[in-house]
Amino acid sequence: MATQKFSTLQEAVQTLIHDGDSVALEGFTHLIPSAAGHEIIRQKKRDLTLIRMTPDLVYDMIIGMGGASRLVFSWGGNPGVGSIHRFRDAIERAWPQPLAIEEHSHADMAARYQAGASGLPFAVMRGYVGSDLPRHNPNIRFIECPFTGERLACTPALNPDVAVIHAQKADRKGNVLITGIVGVQKEVVLAARRSIVTVEEIVDDIHDHAQMNSVVLPGWVVSAVCHVPGGAHPSYAHGYYKRDNAFYKAWDAIARDRDTFLAWMEKHVMGTADFAGFCRSVAAEGLIGTLPEEFCR
Amino acid sequence: MSYTPTELMTINAARKLSDGQVCFVGIGLPSAAANLARLTHAPEVVLIYESGTIGARPDVLPLSIGDGELAEFADAVVSVPEIFRYWLQGGRVDVGFLGAAQIDRFANINTTVIGPYGSPKTRLPGAGGAPEIASSAREVWITLRQTRRSFVDRLDFITSAGFLDGGDARKRSGARGAGPTAVITDLGVLTPDPITRELVLTAIHPGIEVEQVKAATGWDLAVSPALTVTVAPTEAELACLRDLHARTLRAHGGEAGGD
Repeated sequence: MATQKFSTLQEAVQTLIHDGDSVALEGFTHLIPSAAGHEIIRQKKRDLTLIRMTPDLVYDMIIGMGGASRLVFSWGGNPGVGSIHRFRDAIERAWPQPLAIEEHSHADMAARYQAGASGLPFAVMRGYVGSDLPRHNPNIRFIECPFTGERLACTPALNPDVAVIHAQKADRKGNVLITGIVGVQKEVVLAARRSIVTVEEIVDDIHDHAQMNSVVLPGWVVSAVCHVPGGAHPSYAHGYYKRDNAFYKAWDAIARDRDTFLAWMEKHVMGTADFAGFCRSVAAEGLIGTLPEEFCR
Repeated sequence: MSYTPTELMTINAARKLSDGQVCFVGIGLPSAAANLARLTHAPEVVLIYESGTIGARPDVLPLSIGDGELAEFADAVVSVPEIFRYWLQGGRVDVGFLGAAQIDRFANINTTVIGPYGSPKTRLPGAGGAPEIASSAREVWITLRQTRRSFVDRLDFITSAGFLDGGDARKRSGARGAGPTAVITDLGVLTPDPITRELVLTAIHPGIEVEQVKAATGWDLAVSPALTVTVAPTEAELACLRDLHARTLRAHGGEAGGD
């Protein structure tokens, strides 16, 4: 599939993500590809359809910086803290621009990625019984089971233009190993037309690290692998660093006010060249609690 | 020993879980209650989180639904599609334990919007896993603080089904399971009337007055003629819960600057 498997994150975002694309950054509270989110913002990608089960800080940043025109999701919040304010401001007051939303449930989003990975046109499930969501989302429809007559919910397969995930390890051939809470990362990569994987570590041979039946994405299904240690911060990478709960709490105050948010983003994201630069910049303000120190030097 | 309304709520919710039950746990108050049950009277309760952790045994309460703590000591960690398909939709969950932003008299839940959907006054986080938990688990318990803002006469949006319009409406909808069989609040316990399915106050916590509960409810709350008073939290329950919260605060850094 891809010839230039290994690249910098800058190159990967530049060549694989285009204005107007549908882009899914996945990672279910674990292994959230934050560094890739920052790079999308630095490169001022516009008019994106953002897809993600749990839009949290990484999408709050992209939405607040005006990168998204549409959001497909199932739960939007700052886990354990409260609202994500840029997401709310976009939906409630169209700032900095209107944000169209398409809203599903978790079970459905997961099923839609599975359908996309399976090459099927739609996902089917026993879902949304008695919920008002189908009334507001024309993509949630119902069919009758041809065998039992049961009424089942169905929704179109998700096939994003680009999937972006973070993983623990990749080897020299680009094979990717994901351990711990694996979320929907395998499904989203297989459902997407192109994919970017940022990793904590490059190892010689993934087989020295992966137990049989581990979640391994063979290198030939991945478009680009980028070595970005710490790239899931403030979420965590099992075996590498913990979730930075203090950062999630701090985000509430940073993003609550438009000007405070913009100034913070200008300084720490737009004003830095890459993720290492971002880490140094926020570490200088005492905002990084869990990343190994060498990432912040 | 004195206790707070939230401790009352959490301890009463925890008491409902029994050993061996399989519980699909929502984050926040349900998670605190489910883990308190596991650490006290129900060590063999099976806790499932939607992040894919089955048989989770966190030492501290997770701040997010997918903290590493949940995976570390779980019997199995599976993908998100699998947890919803094989484990929830497959009919393996006894109790769905949910929180809510708002609830109505038929125990329908709103976690989506306050105001019109297209131009909301307040945008809430959304559905998450709740619609399918509410319609797939054998029964559902809901725990939230009882106020006029959370217990409303009419929901602006039904995210997850309780008994819909009441009576046999849930049954007709095709939802599986018995639906919400208990709502545990900081003031008491509400259970559905067997015919109308309207929530009835069936127990109040010690020291709480019925008028206080009615005043905190956005509809004319029915009160059971056989109203009981819940047993006050024991010292052992309180000690275990406070210890759990103290461990959690330390592990999550609090404001003290890290672990």
